[in-house]
Amino acid sequence: MQSQILHFPAKEAMIIGQQTGDRTISNRLADTADSLQGAAERSNALDSGHRACQGCGEALGARHAIDTALDTTDGELVVVNATGCLEVFSTPYPQSAWRTPWIHSLFGNAAAVASGVAQSFRIQGKENVRVIAQGGDGGTTDIGMGCLSGMFERNEDVLYICYNNEAYMNTGVQRSSQTPGAARTATTMPVGEHPGNRFGTGKSVPKIAMAHGIPYVATANIANPRDLEAKVRKAMSIRGARYIEVFVPCPLGWGTASCDTIKVARQALNCGLTPLYEAEYGEITAVNKIAPSETVGAYLKSQRRFAHVFKRGNEHQLEAIQAIADANIRAFDLVESK
Amino acid sequence: MTAIEGQQLIPFATTLEPGTSRDNKTGSWRNLRPEYVQNLPPCNDSCPAGENIQAWLSHVQRGDFHGAWQEIVKNNPLPATMGRVCYHPCQSGCNRKMTDGSVQINATEKYIGDRALEQGWQFEPPEKPTGNRVLVIGGGPGGLSAAYHLRRAGHTVTIFEGMPALGGMLRYGIPSYRLPREILDAEIDRILAMGIEVRTNTRVHDIKQVMRSEGFHAVFTAVGNWLPNRVDVVSKAKTPVLDGIDVLRKVETGEDHGMKGSVVVWGGGNTAVDVARVALRVTGERPKLILRRDMEHMRAHPEEVQDALDEGVQFFNLHTIHEVRDGEVVLERMQADDRGRPFPTGRYVTVAAGSVVMALGQSAELGVMEKMGITQSGDWEVPVSPGMMTSVPGIFAGGDMVPSIRTVTAAIGHGKKAARNIDLWLNDQPVSERRERTIATFERMNTAYYPDVETNHRPKFEAGERIYDFREVKGGLTEQQAIQEAQRCMSCGNCMECDNCYGFCPDNAIIKLGAGEGFKIDYDYCKGCGICATECPLGALDMVMETI
Repeated sequence: MQSQILHFPAKEAMIIGQQTGDRTISNRLADTADSLQGAAERSNALDSGHRACQGCGEALGARHAIDTALDTTDGELVVVNATGCLEVFSTPYPQSAWRTPWIHSLFGNAAAVASGVAQSFRIQGKENVRVIAQGGDGGTTDIGMGCLSGMFERNEDVLYICYNNEAYMNTGVQRSSQTPGAARTATTMPVGEHPGNRFGTGKSVPKIAMAHGIPYVATANIANPRDLEAKVRKAMSIRGARYIEVFVPCPLGWGTASCDTIKVARQALNCGLTPLYEAEYGEITAVNKIAPSETVGAYLKSQRRFAHVFKRGNEHQLEAIQAIADANIRAFDLVESK
Repeated sequence: MTAIEGQQLIPFATTLEPGTSRDNKTGSWRNLRPEYVQNLPPCNDSCPAGENIQAWLSHVQRGDFHGAWQEIVKNNPLPATMGRVCYHPCQSGCNRKMTDGSVQINATEKYIGDRALEQGWQFEPPEKPTGNRVLVIGGGPGGLSAAYHLRRAGHTVTIFEGMPALGGMLRYGIPSYRLPREILDAEIDRILAMGIEVRTNTRVHDIKQVMRSEGFHAVFTAVGNWLPNRVDVVSKAKTPVLDGIDVLRKVETGEDHGMKGSVVVWGGGNTAVDVARVALRVTGERPKLILRRDMEHMRAHPEEVQDALDEGVQFFNLHTIHEVRDGEVVLERMQADDRGRPFPTGRYVTVAAGSVVMALGQSAELGVMEKMGITQSGDWEVPVSPGMMTSVPGIFAGGDMVPSIRTVTAAIGHGKKAARNIDLWLNDQPVSERRERTIATFERMNTAYYPDVETNHRPKFEAGERIYDFREVKGGLTEQQAIQEAQRCMSCGNCMECDNCYGFCPDNAIIKLGAGEGFKIDYDYCKGCGICATECPLGALDMVMETI
């Protein structure tokens, strides 16, 4: 395993105004330390040769998160994976893309397995070994919800990272509890009176996690890698149950161009549909502000799963999605006041 | 594997040793391949002097002003001068004008130029003399640029200048409130310190004869456009009718320029605006500027026009001079059609005039060229080859006298280009082919990665303060502001090592080669998703179709 210790103060290295500021992975003009993903020595926890589709957001999010966790623990890390794309594309027997101890059991029990791993290390007195559980939105917010809630409620010393791509992609894009209103999936076809997924369904798992009063909850987005890194670092500095939900576009399931993964994620961020915030012990402690200009139109336009909302007669769907973004902007006070 | 009583028990389907995913070469999935490119930034593309602006800005970004100066003077030996008088087409080209305003390249260049003079940075004399002698006729920006570049290449250079001092239009055409003479003098002296012979008050009447008698191997001529264009105006009056370019020269030399009272200036170019602003300063009365077209179609630079308006120059747009009378001028009103072309209306207006100055453009005195058969009577510019050579081998020309946009910056570019081609010609080498390069257009950029930053402008004296003398109207940026401006450069088309491609590759297929070395692509694993190309802020990656 890697032995080098790379402790970058990702979020502290603020370099606004210098060419790209803190928006790019690195800023060559910064005299302070930069982000881990720009370092030649990053561990590449998820190695080349994995079988994720071209432009996979989840593969990218997982590498960013686990690289950071490896950095903060000097490699003393065990990763427990739920069933899902991430597990399937990274470990088709007999190959593994993981360069860290990694275990997979069932679809819905990653939180329970991780709890057990963490407890066993505690009993062995190896409290330096840290545990991360990870999975997609299906394995986390639907099938694994019971185990996850138990892990939260017992305040197990586990960081659970959910890579949210808003449907069951591995099995052929079926609706999950994270699928947004109007989105087309294999089980919510754009036909009939309410084309695509129904509005008024689904749930916010970060808010459910907050309701457990656990030490740390955060949302992140692959279009803001420095923020993701900072949040994983912060989570790893805390003991007890922690939850991070990373927004990761899926080119296959969303019908986006493989080159546009980051662009789509950035559009989601900038229109207010995916607010970024942190919460400690059930209280929101920080919110990432956005610039006020963008509507949901550009974000939806780049995805085929929303193509029907631009058809005549479906204007109400577009309005309903804009209303969700507007509600987020109000609820989280997202827009920077001048 | 476990063994019980000597028998190996191997679970079903796990007979294979686990291995790394790196055995799976996902590069075979690819149908588009990313390739790093280096494109020409629009600032460099639009600089008539051919400066590598992006390169010198990158030195300024780190506070390395000496490095920046050395990069500038590879192309332009007069940065403090050009930082003041250039009409900065680079800033019109700058992609940042599409977001939060062009980088203030010109003001940054001035800062570097001034700093070089303060610090006394000098040019290196050439290492090896070539033994070739080159004559430069005309010591204006074109001639000075050619002399400098020829000297750098090791040639022995002599400048013949008709006026008492070098500088050409810079000295006798551009008013000193735009270009203080001590700046111009210092920059000229720095060029001459490389070992260049100068003969002032020397006009050449026969180039061939001078070449023979003094043993010159090649000639660069850039005598400028000093013959004022005139139009016939009805004038039986005592009110003097003067020429703009003469007036500007005489104000500089201290001769009697003849402007008095309220000066009426006729013309819509930069010379006209200069004359009006100079007239304001020498007569103390508000001059009038007569302009046949409307303000939108004025040829003068918008900033100069605004300065003139602020200072109180009265603009009579869509007017033309009909008749000059004693103490007054009769103007005819014009009317513009939808394309801005003016037409007479037959309606007249009379305004007071102490003197009239015509600033309707200039052309070159081409007698010497005619003598050599390079031009014919009636020509008003000298045709040159792409290598700046006239029809007579060994005689090169540049500056205002050849077909071009006729700016100081173009002249500096001509001087450089001619010097390079004179060098090639003296060494019997062919003219180098122009390399076609892709322009780093705005459409190729991903500007989401550049936060909005406020622009730093050169401060200006208030109009009420500056019109009484020839003090420089504009101040300069501070060191901090110069660095800030340079850091607004988006590095269009050329990798700045922001690591976006490296950090955003889902397949770890970008290999980082270290600071200054850039990246390479591991095509064994690159699936060709194209995220690197989309997320490159400056468009340094192209996606190219794979062939089988």
